[in-house]
Amino acid sequence: MGDENVITLVDPEVNSEVKSEAAPTASNNGYEAVHSKSPLFYDLYERKSELKHQTHYCPGCGHGVAHKLIAEALQDLGVQDKTIFVSPVGCSVFAYYYFDVGNVQVAHGRAPASATAIKRSCPDKMVISYQGDGDLAAIGTAEIVHAANRGEKITVFFVNNGIYGMTGGQMAPTTLVGQKSTTSPWGRRPSNEGFPLHMAELLATLEAPAYIERVALSDNKNIMKARRAIRKALEIQRDGAGFSFVEILSPCPTIWGKDPVEARRWVLDKMIPTFPLNVFRDRRPEIPVGKEPPQRTVADVLEITPKDRAHDASTVKHAHRFKDVQIKIAGFGGQGVLLLGQLLIEMGMREALEVSWLPSYGPEMRSGSAHCHVCLSKERIGSPLVSRPDVLVAMNEFSLRKFAHEVPSGGLILYNGASLPADFAAPGVQLVAIPAAEIADKLGSTKATNIVMMGALLEETECLAPGTALSVLEDKVKKLDLLEIDRKALTAGRLFIDDQAHVGAVSQPDGFA
Amino acid sequence: MAGQARGKVTVDVEECKGCGLCVESCPPKCLELAPELNSYGAHPARYTGEECTGCGICFYCCPEPGAITVYRLKAKAKAVSTTPGGEHATAL
Repeated sequence: MGDENVITLVDPEVNSEVKSEAAPTASNNGYEAVHSKSPLFYDLYERKSELKHQTHYCPGCGHGVAHKLIAEALQDLGVQDKTIFVSPVGCSVFAYYYFDVGNVQVAHGRAPASATAIKRSCPDKMVISYQGDGDLAAIGTAEIVHAANRGEKITVFFVNNGIYGMTGGQMAPTTLVGQKSTTSPWGRRPSNEGFPLHMAELLATLEAPAYIERVALSDNKNIMKARRAIRKALEIQRDGAGFSFVEILSPCPTIWGKDPVEARRWVLDKMIPTFPLNVFRDRRPEIPVGKEPPQRTVADVLEITPKDRAHDASTVKHAHRFKDVQIKIAGFGGQGVLLLGQLLIEMGMREALEVSWLPSYGPEMRSGSAHCHVCLSKERIGSPLVSRPDVLVAMNEFSLRKFAHEVPSGGLILYNGASLPADFAAPGVQLVAIPAAEIADKLGSTKATNIVMMGALLEETECLAPGTALSVLEDKVKKLDLLEIDRKALTAGRLFIDDQAHVGAVSQPDGFA
Repeated sequence: MAGQARGKVTVDVEECKGCGLCVESCPPKCLELAPELNSYGAHPARYTGEECTGCGICFYCCPEPGAITVYRLKAKAKAVSTTPGGEHATAL
């Protein structure tokens, strides 16, 4: 005992260097390394802020063991470069500190939903959802049940320690009967808090899952069984055989108030009787594929005819005044605020621009304020949110006053009104008051107010071609009489701006006539 | 040292948190917690220097990814995969 050569206390940097050199090649004294740190783990956990050479888990925590078993299985399957690890909320939220694979960290309980999306988008990738019991069995119950029921071809590792660890020991759905927690200080009572939730058994009632097993990190034998189960679950995903789920009973020494050795024994003595270890499902499910729905292109769905496409081709070369235009349209609900935005992006699409439309309105569609954000761009749009609009279309005074400050110098404000409010000023911004409601009313319907504004907008900014506006209106407006008014309104809006250019920035209610 | 043991364990002193699970799990009981403290105050595990069989159980029971490295004597390891973490691990 006490061979000084075997352990020497050195500082972490030096020591990790020694180790990384020693581990792969070592044949010192005829020995060779047979178990060493998996290359699935980063050498140094650089995403951690401190103690980058060790995990953030408490001494004796089951997460580390589960991580190692998963890492080993992935390594042996040779899938490191095609693995996407979805980490949850809980102690293992930082799994991406450790696993040198693709990593996503998702909202509490939603890992199976996110994993579904990832797997369906990238069916050749290995997608692993790693969740605790607070995450999977409480807030995420719906997600796991439905992912399992759909037979998503993902692997879920469910680490069950019967308690909320990260948040300090609140009762979980899996807390044992009589087990004390901060929210069941006298022990869990089934009469008040229900019985522990058996997720493996529950999911095993479903048709679709391929593999469901419960294992425990309670002792040597069970850890080796867990190792086999984890490997098998991943093999099932690799083979595309269906949904695989491994529940891992895991010690939480810190929250249970036990030392690591006691905690591990507690898993064996107390948890396993409540959560019996078993293979609950091991079969290849036959899931009827059913009739494939028809695949349609966007152009088909939008009913864009070849004629329209020819039109597009001719307008792609249209000399847009801007590289991109960001527009905010604001007014009362019912003024056609959101529709105006939709018409603009429809035109943008037909001119092969990148477009986005982001509506914002209260619960009431009428008699409330509404606004929308519109982006038209020749390049990909990073965010649909418009916080500094090049153009503000203010359909009422309230919106003018609310949003004018967002328009940067050199921007444009189009205001629906005979004249701007007397006390209103926006230095450096081009202001145009358009009596759009009156114009539309004279044409036959105030419903066309937004179209007058659109005409003015198109004329002033030249951001989209006139022909496109007409063709969009023809497609979108089903009532012929209204379409006729809209056509006139569009022209009236344009003429109003043209006329202004002649007169010289003087608003005239009848300027369009 | 009298005769070479079949296996050998090294412990990364600074990665080890001194939980003692390896000491508890080791079948031939050839691990112990060192009386010295590491830099942040844990008694790290160490190999007593005798009787290690290289079974690897300590590696699988240890929650830290790289704290424990298990070695085997080459001559005895000929029937065994040389890949760390290969199928041989159940040879306990």
